Amino acid sequence: MTGALSVRNILICGLMVGLVLLPAYVRLSGNIFVLTLFTRIVILGLAAVSLNLILGYGGMMSFGHAAYLGIGGYAVGILAHEGIYSGFVQWPVALAASALFALLIGALSLRTRGVYFIMITLAFAQMAYYVVAGLARYGGDDGLTIYKRSQFFAPLDLTNKVQFYYVCLALLFGSIYLVYRLVNSRFGLVVQGSRSNDLRMRAIGFPTYRYRLVCFVIAGTLCGLSGALIANNTDFVSPSMMYWTRSGDLIIMVVLGGMGSVVGPLVGAVAFLVLEEVLSGITEYWQIILGPLLLLVVLFARGGIDGLLSKIHAKVAP
Amino acid sequence: MTTLFIEQCLNGLQFGLLLFLLAAGLTLVFGIMDLVNLAHGSLYMIGAYFAATLTAWTGSFVLGALLALVCTLLVGMAVEVIAMRRLYGRDHLDHVLGTFGLILFFDELVRLIWGPEGLSLPLPSWLNTSVTILPGVQYSAYRLSIIVVSLAVAGFLYVLVMRTRVGMLIRAGASNREMVGALGVNIKLLYTLVFGLGAALAGLAGLMQAPILTVQIGMGENILIIAFVITVIGGIGSIRGAFIAALLVGFVDTLGRAFFPDLLRLVLAPNTAATAAPALSSMLIYLLMAIVLVLRPEGLFPAVRK
Repeated sequence: MTGALSVRNILICGLMVGLVLLPAYVRLSGNIFVLTLFTRIVILGLAAVSLNLILGYGGMMSFGHAAYLGIGGYAVGILAHEGIYSGFVQWPVALAASALFALLIGALSLRTRGVYFIMITLAFAQMAYYVVAGLARYGGDDGLTIYKRSQFFAPLDLTNKVQFYYVCLALLFGSIYLVYRLVNSRFGLVVQGSRSNDLRMRAIGFPTYRYRLVCFVIAGTLCGLSGALIANNTDFVSPSMMYWTRSGDLIIMVVLGGMGSVVGPLVGAVAFLVLEEVLSGITEYWQIILGPLLLLVVLFARGGIDGLLSKIHAKVAP
Repeated sequence: MTTLFIEQCLNGLQFGLLLFLLAAGLTLVFGIMDLVNLAHGSLYMIGAYFAATLTAWTGSFVLGALLALVCTLLVGMAVEVIAMRRLYGRDHLDHVLGTFGLILFFDELVRLIWGPEGLSLPLPSWLNTSVTILPGVQYSAYRLSIIVVSLAVAGFLYVLVMRTRVGMLIRAGASNREMVGALGVNIKLLYTLVFGLGAALAGLAGLMQAPILTVQIGMGENILIIAFVITVIGGIGSIRGAFIAALLVGFVDTLGRAFFPDLLRLVLAPNTAATAAPALSSMLIYLLMAIVLVLRPEGLFPAVRK
């Protein structure tokens, strides 16, 4: 067990406090760009946290997680296009549509395991991509501009950058708490047990397929929420937000941060997106650095950043 | 109508055979090395780029294509020695991430070397004609030659895997790699050769497709996912399954795109049909995959269990 005051825990608390205080820093320094960047980080961090629920705890290697980003985003975009701006309609629809898609995909793909599962989730997500790209009424390949953000009750105004940032942050923290409670519940233990040894779990009487499917649907729904936030953040949705490389990005965030803990993916999202920002500042061809870097992480840093931090602690105070 | 139908059937056959070349490499590498290779599509892309450049350089399509094939084989073997070798025996998630990193690397490398615009690979005049295959039915000579070359390669693969000593080692390596190594076979070299072979097959598919489509960055990614669908339908690790599934997917996709909109117009109002058709016809192969999964989760021809 890691102690309460390990290096890792202090750094993670620092990160969270930093995220809360970020708008104050922006106000003082006047650097609006940081707020824009971190709003994106927080939103994609939410998606990564949701992916970690199935990838890290469930052992379900979904390569189609970005599909829910697109579905959540398009639910908001299409409703706005049709003149329905209320967030009380848009967001539940976004969540329900993602949940439904996750249920269909999950029901089919959870019949298989391992490589099949990777390829099937990838293929279905790509199918969703082509379907969305074929929606001529809603912009097709070119995407859809959203002219009005989701509207809630009076003081809450999503067009206000600071308010919107705090909404995203609150939802992120809420999701982290939800995932934390889930994985430590009886439900979460069954899902983790099924990751380790599905046969044994079934032998002692758990219908693991159902547990895994529910877990898959919860993760998809949370990611759909992230999609609804992206749509509001960029005022624009396009099929490219659900392209399969985006699913790859999400997996990178989870693995880079560390799959072993609930907050790991958030650390990964911060690290990945900041790295992307820094590298793309150095050279236009930044992916030529990122690609091999990724290979090195896979080869030499399996536990991700979170794993490295925990190791530091183990060395400092064994 | 019949002419169009025959033509589309041939297109389906041609597309299916091309997909087979890609899926065969994928399934070969998976069956023998237990490696999920997302970068397979990058090798397809590289094959096409090499062919476009080398054809322009040598001035001969056939010579350029042959040189490109050799180059892709060498690139594939280099990738195996530098990167893939370290991934064997690891978790599949590691394979996915590592090879995803390779995709980013190759896409950017190609952008750096050849620039962001696509290339085109013009056909020589002797291939850029059409031949009469049946009375009254004309068909592109180039597409016909793709069919012939792919069938020849499929036959070559069959003989190589089932009738030669190397093929015997490949099959033995697929069923028990430790034992093959213990019997004194240089398993490392064998793996490098198999990976190179897979790369050359992908490169061949890429360079043959190049004159039909433009040569561009990311061309390998869409077709890679179709190759995944094929391996899932055919059963992972099975070359025979890949062959049949590739033909099935080739026909369904081509005929679906050609005739599905017309069928839809019979059922739905013309406006709705016109809107829904492109989205629905691109869904067909995934629906096919879903149906196969419901009926046979292991694919149509699952490889023999280890």
